[in-house]
Amino acid sequence: MSEQQIDWKNIKKIATREAYGQALVQLGEDNPDIVVLDADLAKSTKTSDFAQAFPNRFFDMGIAEQNMIGFAAGLAAAGKIPFASSFAVFAAGRAFEQIRNSVAYAQLNVKIAATHAGISVGEDGGSHQAIEDLALMRSLPQMTVLVPADATETKQVIKAAAAYQGPVYIRMGRLAVPVLFAENYQFSIGKANIIREGQDAAIIANGLMVAEALKAAEVLFAKGINTTVVNCASLKPLDKDTILKVARQTGAVVTAEEHNIIGGLGSAVAEVLSENYPVPLYRVGIKDTFGESGSPEELLQKYGLTSTAIIQAVETVLKRK
Amino acid sequence: MPNVQEMARLIRQDIITMLAAAKSGHPGGSLSAADIIAVLYFSEMKIDPQDPNWPERDRFVLSKGHAAPVLYAALAERGYFPKEELLKLRKTGHFLQGHPDMKKVPGVDMSTGSLGQGFSAAAGMALAGKIDNKAYRVYCLLGDGEVGEGIVWEAAMAAAHYKLDNLLVILDYNGLQIDGPVQEVMNSEPLADKWRAFGWNVMEVDGHDIDELTASLQAARNTTGKPTIIIAKTVKGKGVSFMENQVGWHGNAPSKEQAEAALAELKGGNNNV
Ligand SMILES: Cc1ncc(C[n+]2csc(CCOP(=O)(O)OP(=O)(O)O)c2C)c(N)n1
Ligand SMILES: [Mg+2]
Repeated sequence: MSEQQIDWKNIKKIATREAYGQALVQLGEDNPDIVVLDADLAKSTKTSDFAQAFPNRFFDMGIAEQNMIGFAAGLAAAGKIPFASSFAVFAAGRAFEQIRNSVAYAQLNVKIAATHAGISVGEDGGSHQAIEDLALMRSLPQMTVLVPADATETKQVIKAAAAYQGPVYIRMGRLAVPVLFAENYQFSIGKANIIREGQDAAIIANGLMVAEALKAAEVLFAKGINTTVVNCASLKPLDKDTILKVARQTGAVVTAEEHNIIGGLGSAVAEVLSENYPVPLYRVGIKDTFGESGSPEELLQKYGLTSTAIIQAVETVLKRK
Repeated sequence: MPNVQEMARLIRQDIITMLAAAKSGHPGGSLSAADIIAVLYFSEMKIDPQDPNWPERDRFVLSKGHAAPVLYAALAERGYFPKEELLKLRKTGHFLQGHPDMKKVPGVDMSTGSLGQGFSAAAGMALAGKIDNKAYRVYCLLGDGEVGEGIVWEAAMAAAHYKLDNLLVILDYNGLQIDGPVQEVMNSEPLADKWRAFGWNVMEVDGHDIDELTASLQAARNTTGKPTIIIAKTVKGKGVSFMENQVGWHGNAPSKEQAEAALAELKGGNNNV
């Protein structure tokens, strides 16, 4: 399994937001209770696909994210399954307290499907790059937080979110990212997936950093270092059993996420390890700084969200083993 | 001071040039505001490009921050930084961010990009001016889709409550937001009545008529006890025929060829530049 090599040059790339748009249309066909809300960004979040297919179940709320979440809460209280979308900065940020009190506290069946998360937003700049949304959402009791890695997983995440009863936050991206998983891939809420196995160190990643983790694992393999790669799309509930299992097997852990190193996946893994089975840990992520304008590729380089950064992190934790 | 109309034409050209170089950004709402911004920066506001942080200066807040190109063009034309810098808009490591950043760009008085928040901060600046008994005025440009944000109306209520007659808002009434015409996405009419009901002095003008804009700004100075909003009727994409009134030109940069066509049109006005 460890020799596994992906053809990175020719791999198909699809943005997770694109897969979201398609998944919504499928959901709309399967379930008449699905309704979709957007805040004047339907073409960008791809809820426009649903709007076209089911114009009577799509509601543009205008530029009013707080009100969009309030409406979603009401729709859910009256039996609908609302998906509410905007950019992650505005969905999780602007509407935070509506999400806290009207959705999470009220335990309502609202799905907050946020796109354009992280610095891979690119040229729009720091004001539009959510690096804190996962920290905000993870800190809310009752909230389920999902971060799909590719288009295949996104479709399953959307389906699982709709089937689950309760508040869910789904984080997706603007940038086209490699399609890593075949249709037979299995996502379930609360489960992390081991997608590569090795005994020397474990890399736990989510979102677009899963592809970088796999690239890093290939390079490390060539150097004689065998790593386990875990896709942790279910940030909350967190699959503690799998995290502790790979920590015990390898004795060294690296996390990788397109988010501030405060409050996201790295923090979640650190919490589990430090209380149960402390091992050397290194968190790859945005180092507590806001983003800026630039091309997504250049920004990912500049902010250290690359396979190279993961390789260095693995080499660092191995020395501390 | 140079001819304001001429400056508006230069600003429009700068917008096209910089967006084509950046390959992303927002032409529609930048072009619709070019005349408004030209009047503010080349006739109305008391500012000093040599001293961007001069405490007595008039302030400007671009609440519809996605129109950053129109502001950057005016700042460059006014001498805050060299015009060549405009070509590096949105590039990694460059100071001209996709949305205005007060910590990076000289002459930017407030960081914006999240709609609705700039107006609220502008009102806060005006309140500070009142507390300190200062003569400076605060100017703010709002989008007509932007007024969908609840905070706009919270700020409107508070600005009237605190009698901020040193606050002047211009609403870029171009009728379009991203998902379509404002009236279809989230109707905000009757707009003038709403602002009046919130306690504001309301004026309605042609947002591409320099004289009308100048006169209404003058009249606003003589209004005391309440803030003023100038509802400026504009055309989104104004000045570039294939962009005018097209919702699709909200957030797409022109290609090289499209930029050339646009520039030819903008340069081909009355007098050759
Ligand atoms: C809080 C917030 N929500 C959403 C956006 C995304 N957005 C950027 S521009 C825009 C439409 C703005 O329309 P309008 O205010 O009419 O501006 P104009 O037509 O002058 O460009 C939207 C929804 C944003 N920048 N901020
Ligand atoms: Mg508009």
